[in-house]
Parts: sequence; C-alpha cells; structure tokens
Amino acid sequence: MKELIVISGKGGTGKTSLIAAFASLADSKVLCDADVDAADLHLIMDPFITTRVDFKSGHTANINRNKCSECGLCLDLCRFNAIKDGFKVNHIDCEGCGVCVYFCPEKAIDFPENTCGQWYYAQTRFGPMVHARLGIAEENSGKLVTLVRQESKRLADEKNLDLILTDGPPGVGCPVIASIGGASAVLIVAEPTLSGIHDMERVVQLANHFKVTAMVCVNKFDLNLELTRDIENFAQDEGLSCLGRIPFDPVFTKAMVKGQTIFEYNGNSSAGKAVRKIWNIISKSLNL
Amino acid sequence: MIITIASGKGGTGKTTVATNLAQSIGSNIQLLDCDVEEPNAHLFINPTFANSETVSMPVPEVDEEKCTYCGKCAEICQFKAIAVVNENVLIFEELCHSCGGCWEVCPEGAIAQGGRELGVIQKGYSNGIEIIHGRLRVGEAMSPPLIKKVRAYQNPDKLTIIDAPPGTSCPVIASMKDADFVLLVTEPTPFGLYDLKLAVGAAQILNIPLGLVINRSDLGDDKVREYAYQEDLPILLEIPFDRQIAEAYSKGEMLVDFMPKWKDKFLGLHEKIRHLSSHQTLNTKH
Repeated sequence: MKELIVISGKGGTGKTSLIAAFASLADSKVLCDADVDAADLHLIMDPFITTRVDFKSGHTANINRNKCSECGLCLDLCRFNAIKDGFKVNHIDCEGCGVCVYFCPEKAIDFPENTCGQWYYAQTRFGPMVHARLGIAEENSGKLVTLVRQESKRLADEKNLDLILTDGPPGVGCPVIASIGGASAVLIVAEPTLSGIHDMERVVQLANHFKVTAMVCVNKFDLNLELTRDIENFAQDEGLSCLGRIPFDPVFTKAMVKGQTIFEYNGNSSAGKAVRKIWNIISKSLNL
Repeated sequence: MIITIASGKGGTGKTTVATNLAQSIGSNIQLLDCDVEEPNAHLFINPTFANSETVSMPVPEVDEEKCTYCGKCAEICQFKAIAVVNENVLIFEELCHSCGGCWEVCPEGAIAQGGRELGVIQKGYSNGIEIIHGRLRVGEAMSPPLIKKVRAYQNPDKLTIIDAPPGTSCPVIASMKDADFVLLVTEPTPFGLYDLKLAVGAAQILNIPLGLVINRSDLGDDKVREYAYQEDLPILLEIPFDRQIAEAYSKGEMLVDFMPKWKDKFLGLHEKIRHLSSHQTLNTKH
C-alpha cells in the first residue's frame, strides 16, 4: 500500500484543491485529511459520516476547593503560570504535566482526561475517507494526525485499497512531522513567491531530516516565472523530482465554491490538464 | 497595544496585512513574527538583523553516578520523555515539555537541567520598524515555547503587531493570548469561511475583540460577508484580487510602496482597530 502526503510549508498554496483533484483521478484509494487544525477537504468531498469517535488526549488539572488548604505549593511548582489567584486553573495555560497533582499535600487536585476533538470514518463519492476535527485551542494535534493516518491505513488494508491520499498541514512543526513519517512519498506544492520559496526550502529540509522521498510541483507558476525556475533549480540541486507547473487558474476557486474538484467543474481547464500530467507522473513513480 | 493578525486558513494574507500595517504606521512600532515554523515578514520588511540568539528549553540530564533507578521520574512524566529500564535511564528529550516534574521528584538530586535547542530569535530594524522573529529549528516539533520567547520582547511603549501562524491550536493561542485586538484575515471562499469560524472561536475563547479583513474580496462568493453580518463582526478592510498585487507580492514588494493609495487605507484600518479596542475596554469597565 502506498501513501502520498501533500504538504507545502506555506499555507494556501493549493494542497487541498490538489488532493481533491487527485481524488477524481486515482482509482481505489482512501482519502485522509491530516490537517486536523483547519481541515477543509470535507468541504469538497461532502462526506457521509458513518462513525464518530471522541479523541481523548492529555489531562487538565482541576483544584477541588473543598480539599485545598491554599498552601501555595502548586503555584510555586507550575512552570506554565496556569494556576491563578484564588487557586483556579486556567485550562488554556495548563500543559497537563500533572506536577501539581503529584505534589499536592492534600490530594486536592483532580486530573481528568481531555476530550480534544473527534475523528470520523466517512463515505464519499470518491471512496472512503478518514478525517477529524481538533477542538479550538486544543493541543496534541500531532497525536490526532498520527491517529487519522493509522486509521486510514487500517481502512485501506481492510478494503484492499492500494493508495492513501493524505492532505497535510502547513508549517514544519508537530503536525507536519506527524504527517510525513513513514510515508511512501511527499508532494510539496510550492508557489513562486519569496515566501513560498523560503517555506518550501524549510519543508524540503524537514523531509530530508526524516528521510522521506519528496517531489515538488509549482502552483500558480505564471505569477512569477523567474521564481518558478528558482524553485525548479533548487529542487534539482536537492535531488528532488519536479513534476510540473500548474498555472494560476480561477477554476480552483470556482470549483471550490461549487463543492467540486476541478475535474468535476471543468476537466479541460488549463489547470486541469497540468494536474492530470502531474498525476500521471506520480502514479507511475508509485507503481499504481 | 498589541494587535495579533491571524486567520485559521493559511495563505489568506496575514503577513501582507501585518507588514503593510506596520509600514504605514512607520514609527514607534514593533512587528513580532510568531509564525516561527515559516516566518516570512522579514522578506517584505528587509531588515538588517543585528543580532541572533539561539534559544533552548530545559530538558533533564541524568547523573548516572547519583541515580538509583527508582523510576520516580518516569512515573511523574506525563509525556513519556523518560523511561527507566533495569539500570538504564532513557531520555527522549524531543518529547519533554520542561514541566520540571522529574527534577522536583528525584530523591537523589540526580537530574540536572540540560537544554534542547528550539531555534533562533533574530532582531532587526528597517524604516522605523523593529522586527523580531523566531525560526523554529527544522525537526523541532513544539513551536509554542519559541513563540512565548519571541513575545517576551514585547515593548509596552510601542504598538506591537503580531503575525500569527495559521490554524487554531496551541501555536495560534500562544500568539493571540493577552492581545488587545485580533484581526482575522480571510478570503471569501468555502475554505476561508470554514477556517474563519474556527479562528473567531479561538479569539472568543480568549475574550479578545476582533475584526475582519477580506482579502481577494472579489473572488469566491458572499458567504463570508453574510456570516460577518449575522455574527456582528466588523469588516474593517477589503483588498480586491489584482494580478498586479499578486505579482508584486511574489517579489516581496509591499502594497503600500507600489500603490501608495493603500497607505491611507491601512492607516484607516489602524484607526478602526484603536476605536474598536478602546470601545470594548470601556464596555468591560462599565
């Protein structure tokens, strides 16, 4: 089974639109949205959710005022300044380390497990999908990313599907690290802007750091041809394959507004033709 | 005053708004780039970075001479960063949150504080703007500790503009917390709207007044405006899509520099933010 993750470093370069377009082209696959912080793939896939599961992770301290003797030890020990005047724990600041719980001489601090979000099994017109919703202001998105990827693999195994198409998060931190480990290949969607290049270079370093095979494509290439060539030269110097260029094309936004992939909206658009070429190279290189 | 510029969805124009706002105001201002995974503001401000500081967070270092392998450190650690196996202490420092539990609990005083490198903080100036940004070390998973260290440079005598990372989880909260105003930059598309709602939720959890900027305001549909109207969220600025703007952005040029008429619009945005945040403060006092 193969797993392709689309990442970008910079946000808004077109990861989700591209994964949705690939969903139109690929046969037997599972779709996976690993951008659990701001998941958008479902807005095009319109999934019918068949199973919902609470995502539990970490704990939060809660001081029981009836038992508390106000000795102040917890205030001294907390390195996150989460315990405020009046011995109340600020749940946003609490890191869930449990140091206060362990040392409280009155055993006055409860430590319940957090429910941080939900994850879903769903059916879509393109096949099964696994996605999630992390609660606002919650931590541990890396763990939720790992979980949706594991569940996607399980589902692919169970249904005998040979591909997982995963929409990754922006950045280079915890959720991205959790997204790329052990993947068959990573596709980096770059855009020819100074920010786009700067961010792509960091995400290439990350892929190298975790020894994952990376490929690059350039979206909105005609906004700046010089920088498009810079991206391709950089990729070549790093030994990465460049899969192609996608023009700036309003068809992406128009399709999104209709809740469609670009192939459902207009497969003969210039962007559609470019994406089809890129997909053909990917499916060859993954032996699909 | 602290203004945090956030979005939910990536690529909506946070950095464009942050840098153009800073450039328009031009004096007594600092710009903190808290998108430490992918800091970009400097590409537009072009500062000379005068100093660069490597920052780290404390992680345990075990003195095996003193250690009796009692296992209390592994027991207290909620993050599975320490394991004691027979007469071996294994430390997984990348999992450590620096809570201090292990060195507090160790009966032998065998745990010292080492350090894990988070990244660097760079500080520079350009045209009256002080810019400070963090760059997360590639391979480091946790960005909030570095964001907090960037924010330690906040100067209460200046207007502080914070460029936040995308998303709505801990790094965004670390960038919004204690701000006087949150400016959310969105685009009028289904993705923009869905992520905007999450970002509004984050600002509301923190109880911070907020306003919207709609970028590429003539692409997409009207749903963002309908939502703003229903929820009574003020739209403070709209920036239409213009291929010239997109091409200038690609080269690192600032909107207010190549289309000077935008300077007044960004100054107007600043006025509206000042008005809204002071109005909100008055309301709380009453």
